[in-house]
Amino acid sequence: MLQLTTPISEAAIRSLKVGDEVLISGVVFTGRDAVHKYLHEGGALPPGVSLQGGIIYHCGPVMMKQPDGTYQCTAAGPTTSIREEPYQGQIIHDFGVRAVIGKGGMGDRTAEACKDDGCVYLHAIGGAAQVLAECVKKVRNVYFAEEFGSPEAIWELEVADFPAVVTIDAHGHSLHREIMAASKAELEKRL
Amino acid sequence: MSVLLESLVELIRRTSAELPDDVNAALVRSLETEKKGTIAESALKIIERNIELAKRKSQPICQDTGSVIFYVECPVGTDQITFEETAREAVKEATKKGFLRQNSVDSITGKNDGTNLGPGAPAMHFHQHRSSELAVRLVLKGGGCENVGAQYSLPAEKLHANRDVDGCRKVILDAVLQAQGKGCGPGILGICIGGDRATGYEFSKQQFLRLLDDRNPDPQLDALEQDIFKTANELGIGPMGFGGKTTLLGVKICAANRVPASYFVSISYMCWAYRRQGVVLNANSEIEKWLY
Ligand code: SF4
Repeated sequence: MLQLTTPISEAAIRSLKVGDEVLISGVVFTGRDAVHKYLHEGGALPPGVSLQGGIIYHCGPVMMKQPDGTYQCTAAGPTTSIREEPYQGQIIHDFGVRAVIGKGGMGDRTAEACKDDGCVYLHAIGGAAQVLAECVKKVRNVYFAEEFGSPEAIWELEVADFPAVVTIDAHGHSLHREIMAASKAELEKRL
Repeated sequence: MSVLLESLVELIRRTSAELPDDVNAALVRSLETEKKGTIAESALKIIERNIELAKRKSQPICQDTGSVIFYVECPVGTDQITFEETAREAVKEATKKGFLRQNSVDSITGKNDGTNLGPGAPAMHFHQHRSSELAVRLVLKGGGCENVGAQYSLPAEKLHANRDVDGCRKVILDAVLQAQGKGCGPGILGICIGGDRATGYEFSKQQFLRLLDDRNPDPQLDALEQDIFKTANELGIGPMGFGGKTTLLGVKICAANRVPASYFVSISYMCWAYRRQGVVLNANSEIEKWLY
């Protein structure tokens, strides 16, 4: 189990390899379809948000507004990442993103960007909404809530020991590609 | 709140927050099978912890509380219209209480009115039977795993799948291969061989009402179930597609007649968050017993 704390250096990212388990602490920003499309089309990050050395989390959390106006996160599992494949590589490059958290893996273009720019894809456990919500220690802020709606907004989350697995590293390896090839070969033997 | 409404809200709460015993047992077994120190083992441990937390906090196991599908077996003479109205009320109430996420979107306008009600939502299936018992089963079917369902039309030339049992086997295993990493495995397959495009999928989903460790009374289908289960778990796909021994927790297959021109194999995929429960209601609509 490796600790990964934001902001993350390029050296720390390059030291990770496919199959490593990590515990993430620090700040992560959620972003899904609307945010990715917006940034890809040249949109600017809202003041106060920097992804330099940071983490994007593909997640539409369930938030409960508290009487004092703060938010509590009651469910925070990952959403399917592949929908962001058309945008992700560019965003990694333009904003200096060091890690992307999601589920289901991503494609070759994202893997390329991970290699070129020093970034990794971290696979969280799909469906583990309760365990992952417990890792969210504080909801620091929300941006674009009006424009994109709550699940699509950028939520700034403080997390501690958030578990994930490196499935695309910065050396051109993808666990998804490897398992697909190996399982295909195994299946062919059994047909 | 009427007694029926109360019973149905409780059915929804428990379905969303607790996995049935047979599913829990299968997950425990798979944790024992995975090699110690692998990421497959870690993934299953997190899943176990999640199940335990959700139950303790009475919170949804997964934030995607899915499509809400009711299966009602009722005696002759049951007022289905009133029952359906009450079931819709129960869904709305359960959503307010947070047992269901606001999860139902108007497909054309994209609006989510926050009630989980709309055309086709919830889905209701009524079956009359001769018994005097009123049994209500509920399945919450997540979107991620629904997206990896597949319907094949045989012959499927690319897969060399003909219109026979071996052809069925080939397309089913192809679906397992394609679903890897998506749909939050380890998964459960519900399959219908035959039928038309609509009934094929409908019957495939009904297979999710079966217990994981039951056996198919049809020897040929039973053999196919066992074969797919064993073969799929030898492919090394594993939980979340991380690699490992647990790719599937179960395979359930039924057959329906087809017209000579068609031969469909319809495959529904259920994620590990296999939310299925059921109750028998007594004459006062109170919960008399739990079915899973
Ligand atoms: S596929 Fe199942 S476990 Fe995964 S996010 Fe959807 S409902 Fe949850």
